[in-house]
Amino acid sequence: MGTVTVDSLDLRFASRHAPDVIALNNLSLEIPDKQFAVIVGPSGCGKSSLLDIIAGLREPSGGVCKLDEQPVNGPGKERGMVFQNYSLFPWLSVLKNVEFGLSLQGRSARETTERARYYVNAVGLSSFENAYPNQLSGGMKQRVAIARSLANDPEVMLMDEPFGALDSQTRTVMQQLLLGIWEKEQKTVLFVTHDIDEALYLGEKVYVMSARPGRIIDTVSVDFAHPRSYELSTSPQFIELKRRIQHSLHAEVHKALAVAAA
Amino acid sequence: MVAVWAAIDKAFTPRRSISPALGLCTSTAVAAVIISGWCIATYGGLVDTLFFPPPHRVVLAFWKVLLNGSLARNAWASLVVINLGFLLSSVIAIPLGIMMGSFRIVSAALEPVVNFTRYLPVTSMIPLLILWIGIGLNEKIAVIFIGTFFQQLVMFSDVSARVPNELFNAAYTLGANRRQVVMRVLLPATLPGVIDTLRVTMGWAWTYLVVAELVASSSGLGYMSMQAMRGLHADLIFVAILVIGFLGLVMDQIFKWIKIVALPWSRQR
Repeated sequence: MGTVTVDSLDLRFASRHAPDVIALNNLSLEIPDKQFAVIVGPSGCGKSSLLDIIAGLREPSGGVCKLDEQPVNGPGKERGMVFQNYSLFPWLSVLKNVEFGLSLQGRSARETTERARYYVNAVGLSSFENAYPNQLSGGMKQRVAIARSLANDPEVMLMDEPFGALDSQTRTVMQQLLLGIWEKEQKTVLFVTHDIDEALYLGEKVYVMSARPGRIIDTVSVDFAHPRSYELSTSPQFIELKRRIQHSLHAEVHKALAVAAA
Repeated sequence: MVAVWAAIDKAFTPRRSISPALGLCTSTAVAAVIISGWCIATYGGLVDTLFFPPPHRVVLAFWKVLLNGSLARNAWASLVVINLGFLLSSVIAIPLGIMMGSFRIVSAALEPVVNFTRYLPVTSMIPLLILWIGIGLNEKIAVIFIGTFFQQLVMFSDVSARVPNELFNAAYTLGANRRQVVMRVLLPATLPGVIDTLRVTMGWAWTYLVVAELVASSSGLGYMSMQAMRGLHADLIFVAILVIGFLGLVMDQIFKWIKIVALPWSRQR
């Protein structure tokens, strides 16, 4: 199971020289098991902080997060995370990186390697299993990070702008790869991005987040059938949804700029 | 002619690579200028050769101490001292520095003391060390230890503090506990920085070694220099300096080689 419940979350940063920064304000959301949920919002809206809180890497100032009714208390392997970059262990080969989580659990070496190989293969990197991260391109590194997270069999995958640093062609390829894997694995995914196209192409449900203080201002159901093709992005329904999200975000971006200027 | 000018013009573009041949020529030319300057000054009678010996006298002096065994004896004495002092310092400074950089509590405990001690010149403590431990092996090891340890501690701490947070977070979200994060993430992540730091501080340790040997010693390359000075053998001082430089270079290359062979993953591409 992998139902994520976020209940009236607050996140405040105390500052000695300025008024407290309110990053998240009374944010609630519920992501049902196996849903591909996307949070889209302007930069600095606190969407990464939200993910950190669900991962257990950051403590909220108020409110609770739960996974299957269990309150989140620190990080755990049932909540896997894919970071934007710099998260592969540079001293481990591709295969050893993917084995990392499994090897912590004291499983047999054979089972560990078998499972890791399966996921290295699933992200199309079989011929690179002995390469070190410094020999890989940005897109390949993120494939390893995804394989590493999947191999650990988490209940929910938290993805923090994982394709944000990639060029747009590679990003498209990675989105298709991720969708293909999700269609097979059927896991809860919580994906954070500022790219509306990415949000609509990937998500079943898109949560639109406001500028600081971050809260959910719109929830969009994206009912395109799976498997999805990238041509989707030029269909009228897609463009209609995009317009709707753009409209809510537009006001928010201007608000954010005004706050920054003040 | 135009091609030569074009090559020179290109060579002075920042960050631009040059051909290996041009690189080698330039290095050789500079070395040749230094050596011929030395020859002109000495053979041309521009300097008093009693204090500034010509090249052949240095070579002869080198040959002499090589044959009578005093060079090997003194070089060995120096190598033993520097390696013992450096090893002792590194063995304690590596774990302590790594903890200092990643555990706020350790840094709170050590930082004030270390930052104060770090700026005390070791040389100022030599008289005290001689009073306490005498002028034997232990005193020289102590000088190297004090000179290297506090610098190393700060540098290892810095290496440890610069390990990206994402690596820790990735490990935690993969199910690692605190001990696993330290052993399987923090330690390997600091390795390249640790070797770089060892390489840099080894150079400083040579300085403290020679200082210790000049002040009070009965063996070593610094002592050899000091004895040569008393007998006005400037050529022998040159030999000692060149050997110290050479041994330092060898040590430096060893560290460089260890990093390339043992940590191929740390190369920047």
